[in-house]
Amino acid sequence: MTTDLPQPVARSGIELVPTLTDEAAPLTGKDFTSDQEVRWCPGCGDYAVLKAVQGFLPDLGLRRENIVFVSGIGCSARFPYYLETYGMHSIHGRAPSIATGIATSREDLSVWVVTGDGDALSIGGNHLIHALRRNVNMTILLFNNRIYGLTKGQYSPTSEEGKITKSTPMGSLDHPFNPVSLALGAEATFVARTIDSDRKHLTAVLTAAAEHRGTSLVEIYQNCPIFNDGAFDAVKSPVTRDEAIIPLVHGEPIRFGAPGADGSGSRGLIRDPATGGVKIVEVGDAPDQVSADDVLVHDAHSPDATTAFAISRLTDAGRLHQAPIGIFRQVSRPTYDDLARAQITEAAAGVTGSRSERLAGLIGAGDTWTVA
Amino acid sequence: MSKQVKRLDRVIIRFAGDSGDGMQLTGDRFTQESAAFGNDLSTLPNFPAEIRAPQGTLPGVSSFQVHFADHDILTPGDAPDVLVAMNPAALRANLGDLPKGAAIVVDTHDFTARNLTKAGYAANPLEDDSLSEYAVHPLDLTGMTVEAVKEFGLSRKDAARAKNMFALGLLSWLYGRPIESTIAFLQKRFAKVPDIRDANLAAYRAGWNFGETTETFVVSYEIKPAPMPVGTYRNITGNLALAYGLIAGGVQSGLKLFLGSYPITPASDILHELSKHKAFGVTTFQAEDEIAGIGAAIGASFSGSLGVTTTSGPGIALKSESIGLAVMTELPLLVVDVQRGGPSTGLPTKTEQADLLQAMFGRNGEAPVPIVAPRSPGDCFETALEAVRIAVTYRTPVMLLSDGYLANGSEPWRIPELSELPEIDPGFATEPNHVVSLRDGSSLASSGQVSPSTNGASADEKREFWPYLRDEQTLARPWAVPGTPGLEHRIGGLEKGDGHGNISYDPANHDFMVRTRAAKVERIAESLPPLEVDDPEGLAKVLVLGWGSTYGPIGAGVRRVRKAGYHVAQVHLRHLNPFPRDLGDILERYDKVLIPEMNLGQLAMLIRARYLVDAVGYNHVRGLPLKAMELAEAIGNLVADAEGIEVDLSDPVDATTSGTAGASGTSGTSSTAGDQR
Ligand SMILES: Cc1ncc(C[n+]2csc(CCOP(=O)(O)OP(=O)(O)O)c2C)c(N)n1
Ligand code: SF4
Ligand SMILES: [Mg+2]
Repeated sequence: MTTDLPQPVARSGIELVPTLTDEAAPLTGKDFTSDQEVRWCPGCGDYAVLKAVQGFLPDLGLRRENIVFVSGIGCSARFPYYLETYGMHSIHGRAPSIATGIATSREDLSVWVVTGDGDALSIGGNHLIHALRRNVNMTILLFNNRIYGLTKGQYSPTSEEGKITKSTPMGSLDHPFNPVSLALGAEATFVARTIDSDRKHLTAVLTAAAEHRGTSLVEIYQNCPIFNDGAFDAVKSPVTRDEAIIPLVHGEPIRFGAPGADGSGSRGLIRDPATGGVKIVEVGDAPDQVSADDVLVHDAHSPDATTAFAISRLTDAGRLHQAPIGIFRQVSRPTYDDLARAQITEAAAGVTGSRSERLAGLIGAGDTWTVA
Repeated sequence: MSKQVKRLDRVIIRFAGDSGDGMQLTGDRFTQESAAFGNDLSTLPNFPAEIRAPQGTLPGVSSFQVHFADHDILTPGDAPDVLVAMNPAALRANLGDLPKGAAIVVDTHDFTARNLTKAGYAANPLEDDSLSEYAVHPLDLTGMTVEAVKEFGLSRKDAARAKNMFALGLLSWLYGRPIESTIAFLQKRFAKVPDIRDANLAAYRAGWNFGETTETFVVSYEIKPAPMPVGTYRNITGNLALAYGLIAGGVQSGLKLFLGSYPITPASDILHELSKHKAFGVTTFQAEDEIAGIGAAIGASFSGSLGVTTTSGPGIALKSESIGLAVMTELPLLVVDVQRGGPSTGLPTKTEQADLLQAMFGRNGEAPVPIVAPRSPGDCFETALEAVRIAVTYRTPVMLLSDGYLANGSEPWRIPELSELPEIDPGFATEPNHVVSLRDGSSLASSGQVSPSTNGASADEKREFWPYLRDEQTLARPWAVPGTPGLEHRIGGLEKGDGHGNISYDPANHDFMVRTRAAKVERIAESLPPLEVDDPEGLAKVLVLGWGSTYGPIGAGVRRVRKAGYHVAQVHLRHLNPFPRDLGDILERYDKVLIPEMNLGQLAMLIRARYLVDAVGYNHVRGLPLKAMELAEAIGNLVADAEGIEVDLSDPVDATTSGTAGASGTSGTSSTAGDQR
């Protein structure tokens, strides 16, 4: 038996979270900085993300006390300690389930999860996929450094095959996850990828993620200079990044590489009828090139995730030379927490009497008898 | 035709049949009829772990035992006076539990060569003299049912399915049960399928009428209502009482209830029940696994709800790390373990008490958790409320240990008045609790000392919130929920510095915090009432100490020993961590301490370690409640030992109990005489 659930109302992810009054002085990054000393290794990508988050949070205009950051375990999981909001540094892999409890019990909170590639995809893989399919209103920042940082450098579920680490002196054997593909397969409604050092892009993606109602998964390529230095150099270095980054902007043709004759990237994506996926082509008017008009226009809002998935497959599974960056998917679906609250409201509609009176009614119901 | 009516003080009936025969429903209806009539009662459902084991086989047998009496009773009874067996397998599986002289009402319809073989019978036991020690009533219940429902035009299979109602009607006549509640029940249950409804009603009435007219039964029996304390009663199972207790905990504390749970026998019914009560603001979250269930509950508690997670032993194993997180973050949380037979998957549908040490110690590090345990199905209500009180007052996870017997067993429960329920104050933090000097960072005032005069902290002072500043009396930390301005703070699993709660690796601080968390749990004992010592004349040398669902069998065993003229004392623990303050003194007053448990001596181990008392264990792990009679023997032996006397518990002649205990028509006195006043 099934029942029809209420239809989604397109709402912002932070719609019910109290905002600062107009009279109140606007908050700054400093207001979101706690008094705790930050203790990542020098040069760690986590610093840049922290700075970007502290800088961007005031823009949301929310009251500080209505923001909650939850993390699991790992280097990045220290994040909440450095933010002057409510926070919980929980246990390895479980942050999405704790955040589910927070988001479901309180519609007036903006809920954030900070997790690593090991935390989210190894020990916490189950919680991650279920949070995504339920579409609980929260934003998950997945710090992907393709390594276990905190435990000093073992390979992770996103490490390339054959990776030599302390635990794999002859090379790792397992095939890695692509976090974006995984999230799309898990029915995620918002999936994006960004880079620790690109503050502008990071901020834009975070803003969109916060405003998305439902689970937003943001994979952040994060450099670990100690145990996996340079893993993302291809997309970071000014020399290679134009060739390496396939930029995804909703409504725009997907073009990248050195500018071609029309000023846009000389390469682009088209559908590949042979595989049903997408492929990279040279764009131009020459016989061996594809016309600019035929280049795939990115549609993050497509109800069908197939193309987004196909694009995600252009990420190198081995050493990274190329990766699509941007918002892969952004669609609206009712959130678990909104629906759960709606059921409570529906059940409570029309019930009369105080909770105590109703409790007396409940325990006193059924076949009763009285001994006088 | 007028039949003789005999008076009995108590009867134990076991309904047994194939899993598909509706024995649980039949037993439940008989129980409701008996409750409505005013008998005291206690029930023991017993069913296979398989949903539908192969029909007609021994593993497929499902049974429901009900003990009802004209006086206060404590257990579902050791051995049935009457067995209702719907097929050969049901007869064979239960025969071993019957005392000589017991009555057997058996449906002969399925005693075919094929079914006899399936049940492992080489010959038909109804045709040889293997049942000669019992009063057997072979009846074609199925045939009579099919005949009775002919007019409704059902298939033969559907018609035969009403045979459980025929049996219920017959037994209801035999013991003078009121039939109104079952008629109303059937009308409601099958309202949407009129022909099935009418067939069930017809079979039920036909069973009753058959009893009235047949020559097979020359007497019927009367079991007067039991005198009970004044009040309004209902029959209730442990899982239902527990669910109601949790809802009451939410109401009494003014907190919203949040249940995070993953289905597991025998705890799932709590999830099912709570999911029906959203109108109380109850959120139920069926998680992807036990870890997520407790995780979400912790998140809900952090946000100011009352987080609850329900499971059985295997689920507790998965939740261990998260319980440790709740210990460290000092958040209110309820962890309900409806224990079942273990280890591993063990005996999913059977009862056991072997998770006590898991509850006590099953975490890494020094992670003390308060533990409470209900003693009877109805007591699950009060114990749940007590767990809520402790969790909220002391900001701690609390373990509640129920078990499979309490979960599914039922008893009459006096419905409490709301005025009897405890008020529970969450006492959320709303204000900073600490003032520091901006000049040198030193603490100027803390906690209760932050008076209104320091509220407007001067220019060189700053008011802060310290999440680990404790209440002096309870040692509980403040509960500040997101949304409270000025109290933003971070908690987590890393060790916390005393007071300010920031990460601390300081050795002395860790030692202090470990001891403080232990001391906080120990403080709970200060809030507990003195233990009730049941030692009527104060002459006993032997104390029987128990916890949880063994309360019934222990009480019945103790009664039996006393009835035979000997002295024995009884104490039953609701609080297993911390132990009540007076327990040590009480233990010292007795020469011998017997600890009956459905495990290999887990409470005994704790008692021996804590009080250096040479406690003696009485242990069975058969997946069933302890048998009162056997336990009485063990108590008797210890009394003999302690007092240097001979102890003889053989049936005392009881002037108040006369005649038979069942439908035997011959002799057949009860073998569980201990379970009387
Ligand atoms: C239950 C449990 N198992 C193992 C660990 C050890 N551990 C801590 S962090 C970690 C891996 C973290 O990797 P990742 O999530 O990628 O975070 P990073 O440190 O790279 O930011 C492991 C295995 C733990 N803390 N808890
Ligand atoms: S080990 Fe790597 S990820 Fe961890 S703090 Fe150091 S640089 Fe950052
Ligand atoms: Mg990592």
